[in-house]
Amino acid sequence: MLGDVKAAHSAAEEKLVAEFARARGSLPGAAPVGALRDAAFEAFKSAGLPTRRVEAWHYTDLRMAMRDALPVAPAPKADASLKQKLEKLAPRIADLETTRLVLVDGYFVAELSDVTPKGVTVTALSEALAKGDAAFVEALSAPGMGQGDAALALNTAFMQGGVIIDVAAGTHVAQPIEMIALSSEMSAHAVYARSLLRVGKGAQVTLIEREVSTASQIEQRNHALVVSVADEAQVEHVFVPAILKSASTYVASLLAILGAKASFNSFTLVQGGGLLRRQIHMRFDGEHAKGQLAGASVLRNKDHADTTLVVQHVAAHCQSREYFKTVLDGESTGIYQGKVIVAPGAQKTDGAMKSHAILLSDDATMNNKPELEIFADDVVCGHGATVAQLDEDQVFYAMARGLPKPVAESMLLEAFVDEATDRVESEPVRVYLTSLIGQWLSQRGAA
Amino acid sequence: MAAVQETVDRVKSVDVDAYKYGFVSDIESEKAPKGLNEDIVRFISAKKNEPAWLTEWRLEAYRLWLTMREPDWARVDYPKINYQDLYYYSAPKSTPGPKNIDEVDPELLRVYEKLGIPLREQEILAGVQERRVAVDAVFDSVSVATTFKAELAKAGVIFCPISEAVHTHPELVKKYLGSVVPTSDNYYATLNSAVFSDGSFVYIPPGVRCPMELSTYFRINEQNTGQFERTLIIADKGSYVSYLEGCTAPKRDENQLHAAVVELITLDDAEIKYSTVQNWYPGDADGKGGIYNFVTKRGDCRGARSKISWTQVETGSAITWKYPSCILRGDESRGEFYSIAISNGRQQVDSGTKMIHLGKNTTSRIISKGISAGRSNNTYRGQVLAQKRATNARNFTNCDSLLIGETCGAHTIPYIEAKNASAVFEHEATTSKISEDQLFYCMQRGLSAEEATALIVNGFVRDVLQQLPMEFAVEAQKLISISLEGSVG
Repeated sequence: MLGDVKAAHSAAEEKLVAEFARARGSLPGAAPVGALRDAAFEAFKSAGLPTRRVEAWHYTDLRMAMRDALPVAPAPKADASLKQKLEKLAPRIADLETTRLVLVDGYFVAELSDVTPKGVTVTALSEALAKGDAAFVEALSAPGMGQGDAALALNTAFMQGGVIIDVAAGTHVAQPIEMIALSSEMSAHAVYARSLLRVGKGAQVTLIEREVSTASQIEQRNHALVVSVADEAQVEHVFVPAILKSASTYVASLLAILGAKASFNSFTLVQGGGLLRRQIHMRFDGEHAKGQLAGASVLRNKDHADTTLVVQHVAAHCQSREYFKTVLDGESTGIYQGKVIVAPGAQKTDGAMKSHAILLSDDATMNNKPELEIFADDVVCGHGATVAQLDEDQVFYAMARGLPKPVAESMLLEAFVDEATDRVESEPVRVYLTSLIGQWLSQRGAA
Repeated sequence: MAAVQETVDRVKSVDVDAYKYGFVSDIESEKAPKGLNEDIVRFISAKKNEPAWLTEWRLEAYRLWLTMREPDWARVDYPKINYQDLYYYSAPKSTPGPKNIDEVDPELLRVYEKLGIPLREQEILAGVQERRVAVDAVFDSVSVATTFKAELAKAGVIFCPISEAVHTHPELVKKYLGSVVPTSDNYYATLNSAVFSDGSFVYIPPGVRCPMELSTYFRINEQNTGQFERTLIIADKGSYVSYLEGCTAPKRDENQLHAAVVELITLDDAEIKYSTVQNWYPGDADGKGGIYNFVTKRGDCRGARSKISWTQVETGSAITWKYPSCILRGDESRGEFYSIAISNGRQQVDSGTKMIHLGKNTTSRIISKGISAGRSNNTYRGQVLAQKRATNARNFTNCDSLLIGETCGAHTIPYIEAKNASAVFEHEATTSKISEDQLFYCMQRGLSAEEATALIVNGFVRDVLQQLPMEFAVEAQKLISISLEGSVG
């Protein structure tokens, strides 16, 4: 067959090559960073945009979805309107005091951000890259994680914004850190943000990533967060990506590395919007660590949301949990791919993965691919995946008690999704997430 | 079962080298020259006096094959096969078309004996008329003995070598051959279409319940001979048939290629139950030798309320690449897949199933049990798909893996795709080693570690063993124990 014949570069791929040549000089970073960018771009160039031929992208064809490649967003001009916008678009989460870090088009804007508490250092990506400190560059590139992923390589090549958060060893950060990403609504552009959260030994922190987009145009986002959790540290993480215009593309990567006895709990709420790929790589480097990845996706119209996980158990005695819920309406497509790899020697691994989906429409599609790859014998690993529709009996039960059908369905769907949001530790954050899901459901009722 | 117990204690003690069935029998065979080209395809076709349409069909497949690439997505690793270094045809030298058992080469019968074909079947071959199993024995490439023809004929069942069916029932062969696995299907199936040697042809007429279980023993015999079986089973409206397939092969140094194609077709209300016990030579302790088993098996539930059930016990072969599938086209049709795949030594197994739900109210069930020991890798790869039209499609999948020893691997790669809101798919998979608690519980009651392990492994595969016809269940248990020998220390 023609499989080995490399097709000519697509228009978007050619644009990316031109864009890299154009922007390369203005992208931040000292010499070693430049070399990192070049190597990453070469890797991207030889692989091209991911297609369904790439097994890790079995259900998402980014090459098809990206008809065009937009120029890298320029640094925003700080002006008063941004502050108003921030207040309007990202009101405080009820009952939750947070330390806010504000990014506009991926760029960290210190003027809009709160002062960070003791033990927490925040640096703009450009500043950190300019120093080019070797240890930092290594931490940012998370070696061994997501290798061969062309979308991640693209992020490394183009990373233009982002923030570096360092939490000193032993620091218990009381207030959650809230990263708020806004878009400047300038002409159509691409945002390549790369952030790093380094949590020192025994430290504790909660990071909430909230994104808002009011852009009227198509956007292309490629966002990556590297989380390095040192021994005995504990990290809670919540990510609410922006709802982009349809035909937008968004690749959001999370790379988490856990030390011994560390704990990491991450939750993602996807509310649709164009094509969104959430890819998470989590690796257990130290023994007795616990990692949990959870999420909910609520999709409608032609939303395409792909959740792809790779969990690598390298060290023994670790526990991983993955728990995802998907609700699909309209002509949406949901994808869950979860891969748990237990390396030789990672004995006593305890892994459990679940993906549940409800289809509300005959035009919606759900694809599940939960994988296990196991090279150690003394392990307990399992996965479960279900796809179904709302239980008619339950709907009937609620309706028999006087609830109109849309209300009954919303109630059941809320309960279905709640099982995932329940995995978020902080109650105010849970309430906030539930309110977002409630908004989505109410729009369903209105339609 | 005792098998499990044996399994446990023998897994390690089993010297993988000591393959019980590794012998080469000296039967002269008639071979085509090495290599593959259009002339060889024509030679094979001519050897069988095939009609022109079939020769053309083969040549078309061959030409297509030349444009195809060997698939590389499976989790298996082997040196590249030189397709020009294989023989594509070899027929045992024996009187043409033996009418009865006496005409069969006694050497063949001795081979069956060594293979441990159940006594009852040997009796059949020896002419004892009590048996209720019909054996269409495939020795290397040509069917040499077919029994019970008369009784089957009384019921109207056609059970004969496909090479014969081409002549006696050309309309059926022409209508159904390649209709489930088209010549363009995949690399190995296409190769098979071009060079298939022989295989079984079964046709069950409407409303007939096949009076006996049909059975075929495959045997790869001639050195360097690829075995390209082609099986075609058609169950017409309201009929039922149970078909058994079992295989063992002599020991070899060269890797042998086996690329069979099995096509099943059920019309309205028909049912086919297809059972396989596969025990080809798995290679020695270093993975040298052993059979490459690249098989395409697919069933098409064409009629409403029809059913196809695959049951397999896979213990042999160096490499297994096999996905018995069901296309659930008819409304309310049902597909089942029950599998035990055992890998030991350096075996590599990449096996599973596909359930393609096309019709309304279709159901499917997958039970897969993988056991890895030694330095082997065992992968379950399965797809469950509900197309948009497949209202109320229902699937339940359970795949469990058991690891024995820390140098083996067990992998699960399911693809679950629902394009219909009323589809209900459930999938669960677990991977574990034998539970310490269970072992402790058994040992506390006086069983040795080995007996306890055996008991647990036995229980682990029970769901699937129960699906096998009686004759096979016994053989399968034996095989399981043999293939796990030496894996538990």
